[in-house]
Amino acid sequence: MFRDAVLMAGKDLRIEWRSRVTTQQIAPFALLVILLFGMALDPDRGILARASSGLFWVAVLFCSLLAIQRAFTIEAADGGRDALRLSGLDPAGVFLGKAAAIAVQLVALEVVLAIGVVIIYGAEVTGFPLLIATCLAATAGLAASGTLYGVLAAGLRVRETLLPILLLPVLAPVLIGATRSFEAALGGVAADGWPWCGLLVTFALLYLTFGTLAFGTLLEES
Amino acid sequence: MTAPLDAAPVRATTGSPGTRVWGGLTLAGFALLLAFAFLWSPADILQQDAVRLMYVHVPTAIVAFTACFITTVASAMWLRRKTEGWWVLGAASAEVAVVFTAVCLITGSIWGRITWGTYWDWDPRITSTTLLFILLIGYLSLRRIDSEAGDSAQRGARSAIVGLLLFPNVVIVHFSVDWWRSLHQSATITRLDPTIEGTMLFTLMLGIVVFSMLFAWLLVHRFRLGWIEERVGATGLDDAIEERRAEAGVPAAGATL
Repeated sequence: MFRDAVLMAGKDLRIEWRSRVTTQQIAPFALLVILLFGMALDPDRGILARASSGLFWVAVLFCSLLAIQRAFTIEAADGGRDALRLSGLDPAGVFLGKAAAIAVQLVALEVVLAIGVVIIYGAEVTGFPLLIATCLAATAGLAASGTLYGVLAAGLRVRETLLPILLLPVLAPVLIGATRSFEAALGGVAADGWPWCGLLVTFALLYLTFGTLAFGTLLEES
Repeated sequence: MTAPLDAAPVRATTGSPGTRVWGGLTLAGFALLLAFAFLWSPADILQQDAVRLMYVHVPTAIVAFTACFITTVASAMWLRRKTEGWWVLGAASAEVAVVFTAVCLITGSIWGRITWGTYWDWDPRITSTTLLFILLIGYLSLRRIDSEAGDSAQRGARSAIVGLLLFPNVVIVHFSVDWWRSLHQSATITRLDPTIEGTMLFTLMLGIVVFSMLFAWLLVHRFRLGWIEERVGATGLDDAIEERRAEAGVPAAGATL
């Protein structure tokens, strides 16, 4: 299973590396979103700095939608899904691999966004360990649930419009947990953030487990 | 187009003697509830007449969450057994749940306006119920796509998986929102007094019973409608061809061509 996952993640990341969609389209979009927030809200640095953790994670959610859709679009071309089924790879491995590839891209995006938030919004980082733990836990949750719902919507004519309505309400706990945890890491008391980080870890574990079990059924029918 | 389904004739109605009696009882129950809610139960000392909204609000909330739970169970059973009944039940329950969730949100909002002075408050229950409403709509739109895919043999497991996750998601969302808001919640908001008694308690209980009866009535009808729709999918084309032949005065199937 893990060998298959590594193969799958390697394949997806190679495609991303060669096509440059993440670096040339999704990352600039992420930066654009935080600029747009700055324009929509008062450019008064005080408001932006206070809201920066929430805005950061909303931007991450939007970008993750793009990354997830992208991850399943690459399978749609040239009968990729049929090839995937014929390959004999373990579905659980495919799920973990796809989720890992999405997670790697999201972490890269989060680094870009974090730099943007610090520079543009003037946020101050006070708790680095919490910041990194939150990013990792939230990303795992986003990638796991995103992969699960992504394959649900993949192959449908209305996938671009369907995925957000299916996935975003489900991600509400991630947004809440990650934002509260970030607030603690950006100028708050770090100890306040760790329970939220625990919530994120629980969410990620739930979806990783469920995805590993259910992905086979879904892959058959996507 | 001769599926085994069209062998049995289908009754083109969702009513039956049983549901008619049940519907009559439900109507009578509503008459009684109205009398209790507006005439026989007293106004609350603090909330005054706004408390009467509770007799609709609380029962619809209970029914909506029960309906979601039924959808989750039906989805799990469909994944296990792949029988049509569970498939139809999942959708029927979710559709009724959407209506009840909407009624619950609207009555809650009106109540909030009168009691709290605001239509919306970041209360854990309001927030998670609203998210539930959106989750249900998402589930139903996926269902529609799956239903268009054809009969049960060709259907994907997608909407069943989403249905299966419906209730757990509501629980996770509610838990996290609850935790989040409990840190910020100002204590100034007047809550529903949990220690209601006497006529008010009885009216509330009556409301729960009557709305549950309405839910059961709607669910049965929606289930039967879904069941008939499944049959129409299989027999519709054959019937339509027969009808066109009859109109054109062409002898029945097989005679031409």
